[in-house]
Amino acid sequence: MKLDGKVPAGSLSEKWTNYRSTVPLVAPNNKRRIDIIVVGTGLAGASAAATLGELGYNVKVFTFHDSPRRAHSIAAQGGINAAKNYQNDGDSVYRLFYDTIKGGDYRSRESNVHRLAEVSVNIIDQAVAQGVPFAREYGGLLANRSFGGVQVSRTFYARGQTGQQLLLGAYQSLSRQISLGNVEMYNRHEMLDVVIVDGKARGIITRNLLNGKIERHAAHAVVLGTGGYGNVFYLSTNAMNCNVTAAWRATKRGAFMANPCFTQIHPTCIPVSGDYQSKLTLMSESLRNDGRVWVPKKMEDVQAIREGRLKPTDLTEEERDYYLERRYPAFGNLVPRDVASRAAKQVCDEGRGVNQNSLAVYLDFNDAIMRYGRSEAHTRGMHNPDEGTVRQLGEKVVEAKYGNLFEMYEKIKGQNPYKTPMMIYPAVHYTMGGLWVDYNLETNIPGLFAIGEANFSDHGANRLGASALMQGLADGYFVLPYTIGQFLAGEIRTGPIDPDQEPFAEAENNVKGQIDRLLSIDGSQSPESIHRRLGRIMWDYCGMARNAEGLKSARQMIRELREEFWNDLYVAGTNEEYNPELEKAYRVADFLELGELMVVDALDRNESCGGHFREEYQSEEGEALRNDEDYAYVSAWEYKGWDEEPELHKEELVFENVELKTRSYK
Amino acid sequence: MKLRLKIWREGGEFPKGQFQTYQMDDVNPDMSFLEMLDVLNERLVAEKKRPIAFEHDCREGICGTCSMVINGYPHGPMQGTTACQLHMRHFKDGETITIEPFRAKAFPVLRDLVVDRSSFDRIIESGGYVAVNTGQAQDANAIPVRKEAADEAFNAATCIGCGACVAACPNASAMLFVSAKVSHLAMLPQGKPEAKRRAQAMVAQMDKEGFGNCSNITACEAECPKEISVENIARMNREYFSSVLGSETNA
Repeated sequence: MKLDGKVPAGSLSEKWTNYRSTVPLVAPNNKRRIDIIVVGTGLAGASAAATLGELGYNVKVFTFHDSPRRAHSIAAQGGINAAKNYQNDGDSVYRLFYDTIKGGDYRSRESNVHRLAEVSVNIIDQAVAQGVPFAREYGGLLANRSFGGVQVSRTFYARGQTGQQLLLGAYQSLSRQISLGNVEMYNRHEMLDVVIVDGKARGIITRNLLNGKIERHAAHAVVLGTGGYGNVFYLSTNAMNCNVTAAWRATKRGAFMANPCFTQIHPTCIPVSGDYQSKLTLMSESLRNDGRVWVPKKMEDVQAIREGRLKPTDLTEEERDYYLERRYPAFGNLVPRDVASRAAKQVCDEGRGVNQNSLAVYLDFNDAIMRYGRSEAHTRGMHNPDEGTVRQLGEKVVEAKYGNLFEMYEKIKGQNPYKTPMMIYPAVHYTMGGLWVDYNLETNIPGLFAIGEANFSDHGANRLGASALMQGLADGYFVLPYTIGQFLAGEIRTGPIDPDQEPFAEAENNVKGQIDRLLSIDGSQSPESIHRRLGRIMWDYCGMARNAEGLKSARQMIRELREEFWNDLYVAGTNEEYNPELEKAYRVADFLELGELMVVDALDRNESCGGHFREEYQSEEGEALRNDEDYAYVSAWEYKGWDEEPELHKEELVFENVELKTRSYK
Repeated sequence: MKLRLKIWREGGEFPKGQFQTYQMDDVNPDMSFLEMLDVLNERLVAEKKRPIAFEHDCREGICGTCSMVINGYPHGPMQGTTACQLHMRHFKDGETITIEPFRAKAFPVLRDLVVDRSSFDRIIESGGYVAVNTGQAQDANAIPVRKEAADEAFNAATCIGCGACVAACPNASAMLFVSAKVSHLAMLPQGKPEAKRRAQAMVAQMDKEGFGNCSNITACEAECPKEISVENIARMNREYFSSVLGSETNA
C-alpha cells in the first residue's frame, strides 16, 4: 500500500496558508452536534481539547491521572523554541525549519516541519496571553537561550520549569472550557481500545481506575495525545506511568506505527546508581549552554578518581579531554543530543567513564561560574576582585539560571554541583517514532488523529532540544483544530454515534477478556520484574548502538519473555477495585509487543541516522552513515497479529527545499 | 539500613483503615523513599499479598502526584522536597517511620495512601485562568512586564498542586494553593482584568469544597515542597477584600 501524506500543493512557505484558506469548515451550529474524544491531557491533548471546546465542539477528554495537570509534559525543563528572532541574531521561520530537518537527519516530512516552524511564533503569543510567566530581561521583554544543534538563541523558558508553566497554561484553558460545559473531563479513566465502525474511529473503551468499570464512549472522531513509549526501556526519564497502551491498541486495530526504532537518548541524565532504581532523572540540555563536558585524558587519572584518590577538581586543563569541543569545534558542547550521547558512550566504552562501572562523564560549570562572576564584579565596579568573591558572584548567577536543577542533582546524588562537576550519562528520553499521520495529523484510520509525541511526524530520527513543547502545543492549539475540520465537515449529517452497536460490544469484550486472562494466570512473577527484564534487552540491543546480530537475538529474547509473561505472571487483586498492579500488567503486555516491533524496525533500517545508530554503518571517524538512496522513507508498520510478521508500508520522503547532506557539526 | 515501617492501610482487607508494620532489612541509603516502597511492594507481591497503594508519577518532584505524610510531615521531614525526591540517606538505621495519607475532609482517602484531590481541579475551574481563546493573542512582546513582577508571578506559579499545604494545616485550609494561583495571575498584566472576579470565585469554590479557614499558622509554607510563600495569602486577601468592598461583582 502506498501511503499518501496528503501534502498540499504549492510552494513550501504557502502550503499551510493555502490549506487554511481552503479547508472545509464546520459551521458553528453544526459544531454543537459533533462529538470529539481527546485522550491524554499533556500539552497536546489539553491544548487540543481546550481549543476544540472554544470552537464549539462537544469534547470529552480522558486521562488516567487523578488530574489533567499531572501529565508528563509537566516535567519538561529547558524551554520551547520559536522563530521570533527577538534576539536579532538571524533567526527566521526557514532557519527553524531547516535546523529541525537537519537535526532530524533528513527523516521527516518537509511540509509538516515548515508548518511547525510557522506556528511556533503563535504559541509564544498564546502562552504569554494565558499568563505563562516566561523569563524576562530587565527591560520587560522576553529572554531567550540556546539549545543544541542550532546557532541562534530562540528558546523561551521559565527557569527550569518551562513544561510545567506551559502545561498549567493549557490546563487552565482546559479548566475554563470544563467550567463552561464545552468539555467533559474524565479523570482516572484509561483508554484500552479504540472502536472502529465502518472503517472510521467512532469511540473508545475505557477502564475506570477506581472501580474497574469498563465503559463505552462514542464520538465522531478520536484524538490521541497519549505521549511516547520511552518506558519500554523500563529506565527512562519518562514518568512511571507513561505507557504505549493507547497508541498500541490503536495499532492493533489497524493504525500504522511509524519509525518505532527512532528513540532519543538524552546525553545529560543522572547516572544509574543501583538495581532498585525505578527511573532516571534528566538534567536539562540548557545546562550545556554553560557546562563543559569532559573525561580525564589518562587512564591512571580515571582509576585514581574511581578509587577516590583524586578529585576531578584536582585535574589541570591539560589533563582533561573536553571531547565534544575537540571533535565538534563549530557547535562544541551544544551538538545535538544523538551526537552528544554517542560521544559519551564512546569515551565510556574506552574505559574513561568516571564512576565505578565507567558509565559517567563530567559536566563542569567552573568556567561559567568564574566567567559570570567576573562580569558581575565588573558591573558592580569591582576592579580587582579576589577569586573567592568572583566565585561567589558567579554561583549566584548560575543559581538564578539553573538553581532548581542544581538542587535536584544535589538531592539525588548528595553532591554539590557548584563545587564539583556533575556526573552525567545518556538515558532514554523521548520517542520520535509514533503513530503514522498525514498532513492532517490523521492516521490511516479515518477519524483517528494523533498529536504530540504520540505521532511520528516532525522530528525525523532525532529531535532537537526545546522542540517537543513546541510540537505538542503547535498540534493542539494551531494545527489539529483546523485539520480535524476536513474530516468532520463530512460528518455533519451523521447524527449521534450509538455506543450500543456491535463494534462497541466487541471491543468491550476484547478488553474484558484480556483483563480476565491477566488475572487468571496466577503465576509467580510481578509485572514490574518482567518490565525490568524487557528494558534491559531493549537497552542492550536496541539502545544507543545496534547491530543486526544483536537485534536478531533480541527479537528472540523478547518473544520468550512474552511467553513467560503470559504463563507465569502474577497480578494481585481484582479488576473491580483500585489496582495499580493490574494497570502495570496490561501496560507491560503492550510494551512486550511494541518492543519486538522496534527491533524489527531497527533491523529493517540498514543505515545510521539520528538516534538510530547501526554499528555496521558508520564513517571512519565513527559518525552516523546515512543511506538516502535506499532509506529516505518513513517506515509505517501494520500489525498483523500475534506471532505474525508485521507488514512494512513505506512513505517516500521527498525533499524539494533542502539538499540532503551529511549532517556535520564539526 | 534496617527500618521499621508503620503504614496506613485502608480499603480491601482493612475496611476501616489501620496501621500495619513492615520490617525492611536491606535498605540502600541512595534509594529514594518511593523506591524503598517499591522494594517493599515487590516483596508483598512475591508473598501474594496486596501491595501498598500510593500515588506517584514523575519522581522528579514536579508532577505533584505523590502525597503522603512521613513521620508527621507531608512529603517527609526534608524542607522543600517532595516524597519522591526524598532519599533514605536522611533516615537513621534502625528508625521506625510512620507513613499516612494526606488527611483532610476535602481529600477523602481512596485506598491506603491514595486520596482524592479533584477538589483542587474544581477550584481552578471556578476561575484559575485567563479567559483568552486560542488565536486571540497579540505579539508576546507587545506588553513589557517588569522582571520583578514576572519573577514573583513565576514563584507563585511553581505550585505543583500536591495538597501538602492542606495536609499540613490544622484547619485543612487550601489558602496557600488558592492564593498562589490568584497572585500568579494578578501580578501579570494579562491576568489583571479578571483579578477580582477570580479571587471571589476561587474563594467561594474553596469554601464549598469543605476546606477550612486560614488562621495564620503558616505550616503550609513550612511544608510546601516548592516553598511557596505565605505572602501570596496576604496578596489574595487584599485582592479579595478590595473586590468584596469595592465595586466589582458581588459573587
